[in-house]
Amino acid sequence: MRPGFRHLGWVLLAILVASPLIGVGIYPMHLLIMAMLWGFIYTGWALMGRLGMVSLGHGAFLGIGAYSVVLLWNAYSLTPLVGAAIAIAISLIVAVIIGYPCFRFKIVGHYFALVTLALAEVVRLVIVAMRDVTGGSLGVTPAPGLHDGATASLKALQFSDRVVWFYVVLAFWLLGLWVWRQVDRSMNRLALQAISEDEDAAASIGIDVTRTKLKIAMLSAVMTSIGGVLYAQYQMYVNPETVSGIGVSLQIVFGVIAGGMFVMLGPTFGAVFLLALQEALRVLVGNKVHGLDLLIYGALLIFFIIYMPKGILGTLGDGLKRQRNWLSDPR
Amino acid sequence: MDIFDIFLLEAVINGLLLGGLLALLALGLNLIFGVIDVVWICYAELIMVGMYAIFWSHTDFGWPLWLAFALGIGLVALLGMALHWFIVRPVLSAEPINQLLVTGGVLFFLQAAATVAFGVEFRNIGIRLGGIPLGDVNLSIARLIAFAVALLAIVLAYLFLTRTYTGTAIRAISQDREIMPLMGVNPGKVYLVTSAMGGGLAGLAACLLVLQYDIHPAIGLSFGPITFLICVLGGLGNLFGGFVAAFIFAQFISVGGYVLKIEWGYVLAFVFFIAMMFVRPEGLFARRR
Repeated sequence: MRPGFRHLGWVLLAILVASPLIGVGIYPMHLLIMAMLWGFIYTGWALMGRLGMVSLGHGAFLGIGAYSVVLLWNAYSLTPLVGAAIAIAISLIVAVIIGYPCFRFKIVGHYFALVTLALAEVVRLVIVAMRDVTGGSLGVTPAPGLHDGATASLKALQFSDRVVWFYVVLAFWLLGLWVWRQVDRSMNRLALQAISEDEDAAASIGIDVTRTKLKIAMLSAVMTSIGGVLYAQYQMYVNPETVSGIGVSLQIVFGVIAGGMFVMLGPTFGAVFLLALQEALRVLVGNKVHGLDLLIYGALLIFFIIYMPKGILGTLGDGLKRQRNWLSDPR
Repeated sequence: MDIFDIFLLEAVINGLLLGGLLALLALGLNLIFGVIDVVWICYAELIMVGMYAIFWSHTDFGWPLWLAFALGIGLVALLGMALHWFIVRPVLSAEPINQLLVTGGVLFFLQAAATVAFGVEFRNIGIRLGGIPLGDVNLSIARLIAFAVALLAIVLAYLFLTRTYTGTAIRAISQDREIMPLMGVNPGKVYLVTSAMGGGLAGLAACLLVLQYDIHPAIGLSFGPITFLICVLGGLGNLFGGFVAAFIFAQFISVGGYVLKIEWGYVLAFVFFIAMMFVRPEGLFARRR
């Protein structure tokens, strides 16, 4: 990145960090939180997606994260801080159980996508089937943890003030970007890029294909399940469709593709874009015709994939690069 | 529980009948994948469109049922061709994931279109065929018809693929898509015919499903995932494998759903699927590469 861009980035980040102090309204604040929360989750997905592991099952990890903390809190009053650790542990186990054989037996491409789709369906159906505990398709609300006019409870991980959530989610989003950069600069990325080009050739130069892929998959699963925890605690309501349905799993993939999965801010941009699109359609179209906003949304997604397969940021980046090359090397 | 449980027998028989229907669903999807190498994630949504077309023409326009069925099959076949021509064809040379996702966009689109046009209410065509008592087992006529028609369609599709010139061309393309154009086969035309055939099979499935289930915009989600998994379990693109896998899955859903609860039947089927991926990662009857 050129220094000019880097300075601009820091300035924008400073504005973002300071935005609650300047006094942003409740609604823009909510949008910012959602954008960063989904940006974090999308970044976690993109770690795998950019390296050829396209998962249609991240709803599974989202669901594990969200439901673990809420159910443990409601049934055993276990603080979500410990609940999150348990959720992460479960996600890691699931990622290994599914990931190891997939990578060991070279399940790639369509097969991998559909196996992970099955995983998300298993999680969704288990949540629905255990309706005595989970509330089934109606969803579940964490028991209120704020008593006697308290505005924040760390034990219940519930904050009535959005500003607290803003900084919590901001911290995780920045952590996600940092993880992305670490992966991007590591040997693992080079190894994985080689793997996504040709697995056999990569193995022949001494890359442990299964191990390298599994590491990234576990990292991605953990990030997604943390995203699920944050989502449940912020929204104070989860239902199996919104966290583990095929819709949300596809939406994660769409968001990342729309933003571009080969640049650090691509997934975040995709989250902002999808959110802006949804909100704009909701405001413009309104609720007069049920489903019209989704109709336009679906059509735009098709359009994007056909005409902008590299995503918005990716396409813009390519355009800039071409222009620069042309300027420096006018042949 | 007795060793010979009459309800268990009924569950097994219902599973067998369901298997025929699932085999029909899997056939269409497998055909598309085997020939065009693209997974139509929105396959079950095409069925949903067919069901609405049948419902709409039969109840609102008072068309006789056979005409409504013909409309359903024809419409979805056309829809399949349109899907291929306008959506899949532009991304044929793109990344495989983009091909998968673009049909995922169609899934959202069709679901939303159905919601806009018909609302989220459950609709029913209002035909109840009853059942035949056979000893203590009660057999649903709608399921028997579905089973028989599905098997007949599968046999016809098999004969078409093996006994006609176009069918042979379709199979040839699925075996080697680089060489066949050199042999004078126009792949674009074959793709279009295959898409029409896949759509037609989805339309036929719509005719059979409309007799058994209520119609609503999200009905595709109850058949879509299971259809993909059947195809993967049988080996994507392998028609015979998909056929066998459909019956295995149906038994899990039916018997598992009877012994436990209905959702647990599905969970068992999916867990079995994931377990089988470890044993036979390329599907039960993988095409050898």
